[in-house]
Amino acid sequence: MADYKGIAVFCEVKEGKLAPISTEGLGIGKKLAGDSGQELCAIVVGSGVAEATKEAIAYGADKAYVVDDELLKTYRTDSYVAVMKKVIDQITPQVLILGQNDIGRDLAPSLAFKLGTTATLDCVELAIDPDSKRLLQTKPIYGGNALAVYTSNTDPQIVTIRTKAMTPLAPDASRQGEIVNIDAGIDASAIRTKVVDTVVEEVAGIKLEDAEVVVAGGRGMGSAEAFAQLEELAKLLKGAVGASRPPCDNGWLPDTVQIGLTGKIIAPELYIAVAISGSSQHLSGCSGSKNIIAINKDPEANIFRQARYGVVGDWKKVLPAFTAKIKELLAS
Amino acid sequence: MNIIVCVKQVIDPEAPPASFQIDSASNKAEMKGAPPVIDPYGEYAVEAALKIKDANGGKITAITMGIKLLREVVKKPLSMGADELVLLEDESYDGADSHSTAYALAMATKKVADYNLILCGREASDTNAGQTGSGIAEILGLPCVTLARKIDINNGTARVEKVTADGYEVVEVTLPAVITVSNEIGEPRYPTIKGIMAAKKIDPVVWKPSDIGVESNQVGNAGRKTAVNKLFQPVHEGKCEMAEGDSPEEAGANLAMKIREAKIL
Ligand SMILES: Cc1cc2nc3c(=O)[nH]c(=O)nc-3n(C[C@H](O)[C@H](O)[C@H](O)COP(=O)(O)OP(=O)(O)OC[C@H]3O[C@@H](n4cnc5c(N)ncnc54)[C@H](O)[C@@H]3O)c2cc1C
Repeated sequence: MADYKGIAVFCEVKEGKLAPISTEGLGIGKKLAGDSGQELCAIVVGSGVAEATKEAIAYGADKAYVVDDELLKTYRTDSYVAVMKKVIDQITPQVLILGQNDIGRDLAPSLAFKLGTTATLDCVELAIDPDSKRLLQTKPIYGGNALAVYTSNTDPQIVTIRTKAMTPLAPDASRQGEIVNIDAGIDASAIRTKVVDTVVEEVAGIKLEDAEVVVAGGRGMGSAEAFAQLEELAKLLKGAVGASRPPCDNGWLPDTVQIGLTGKIIAPELYIAVAISGSSQHLSGCSGSKNIIAINKDPEANIFRQARYGVVGDWKKVLPAFTAKIKELLAS
Repeated sequence: MNIIVCVKQVIDPEAPPASFQIDSASNKAEMKGAPPVIDPYGEYAVEAALKIKDANGGKITAITMGIKLLREVVKKPLSMGADELVLLEDESYDGADSHSTAYALAMATKKVADYNLILCGREASDTNAGQTGSGIAEILGLPCVTLARKIDINNGTARVEKVTADGYEVVEVTLPAVITVSNEIGEPRYPTIKGIMAAKKIDPVVWKPSDIGVESNQVGNAGRKTAVNKLFQPVHEGKCEMAEGDSPEEAGANLAMKIREAKIL
């Protein structure tokens, strides 16, 4: 058996830049490396990744393994699994960290099964067990109703991390690190899927993930038209509009604004939940918000268990008065 | 088109969170007062299979692994329109992790043998692991497309709309393949009376580990590669301060005042 050593972070490159989730991965990776007296390495995969590699070192990597190939421009399961297997076989890290996003949630399980090891997806906390020296992988399960701490019997121990659950280090551009290039060696004919089209559903205004204020509506909004009132409030607060799953399923809003376990994970300063019951799966996507405010006609609604302020009442009556008062307060 | 759908029985994920409880002795969770249900994402996978069957014809076989499987629950895919049901029901399948789950299901699909497509939900609502489909594909050496919102089959090729963070990708894959299904596929259909009657008459086939050619220590708890060190409920302290008023309008205005005073605005 290979001697597995070191902490590795899969670094994703978006438009030439290191993806934010990868800086978060390097942040927690650095901590784990320090706690276990090991090296932190970045595995930078993509096409045209020189700039992102420098960033990975600035964000804490001691060493960067780089696979730069035109064929890696768009993510495909087969090409990325093949490349990552090659790199892992060469560097045999004990831990591999990816992000829980489009790429990570697809790549991590396929890679783990290919390598004969395990993956734990969507971790919110990672630590080295002082006794066993194994990675303690904390992950919400039962839709967020519970937390489980897993350990893996096999190496590398692969995990994906939830967006915004870990903190990046402040980048230091003067940091130095060794860069090792690895040939991708992809056999294009072994890629069994073909991406024939990529459709981006543009949402006007501030992006949900970047907004400081998010105004979200649930099934109780009742119609697509009702969301105009949330738009108005969001505009006033320079925020974005989001939703629980039913409004997206019903076609009132695009699927891309769904917040929750299987939608976007956000952590704004202020989250205003209107006619949302607060299912564990929904709260998984917004419980990191600084302040949650809820309007719901049901005093027993679960959302009130996590909200800081709330009103029990029909949103059709409560919301216009709330918005009017906000307008007045902002003007004064 | 012969389709296999992997779908499990779970505690009701949409029961009120307040009814969720963990039995610390057994590390098992329950929803107090709510009966088990078919896993919602598995149900979306069944719906995806039915849509393909509507368009292309064929046969749908559902495979469910677990213990204490309630027939009225696990027969739901049949009453929705699936043709056959295989149960991997045996004590030794209990307590599986992603590895031993995918392994048992992959072996069961080999025994079914005659299939063009394997569908799974994107993740189960209890473990939220999100690995079964990818795992089965790796074990069987098949390509995998995750998070489908639409699947069209044409001449042995699946054209899949795959959900992404800001829209979707259109991916083509030659069958046989594994595809995992997301809720964007559309609301699962209700069982019809005819479907329910038909389901009543179908006896599920039960396969023990020896029936799928594996040892009982390769599945379930014994076949795990991971361990659960701890399982607990996060505590939410903190209390919601309600804005009151003589009318809902007044309460709404008071809410605005409150967040102003708290300097959240
Ligand atoms: C594995 C899995 C993953 C999931 N992922 C997600 C996810 O990512 N995001 C997500 O949101 N859901 C997700 N769900 C679904 C989730 O379980 C809930 O079904 C969903 O969040 C409920 O949305 P809701 O609160 O809008 O609707 P409901 O639960 O129906 O609540 C509607 C609320 O509106 C209130 N209301 C109605 N009318 C009014 C009115 N006039 N004035 C004021 N209040 C009113 C009601 O009191 C009620 O509380 C997932 C489920 C599963 C099983």
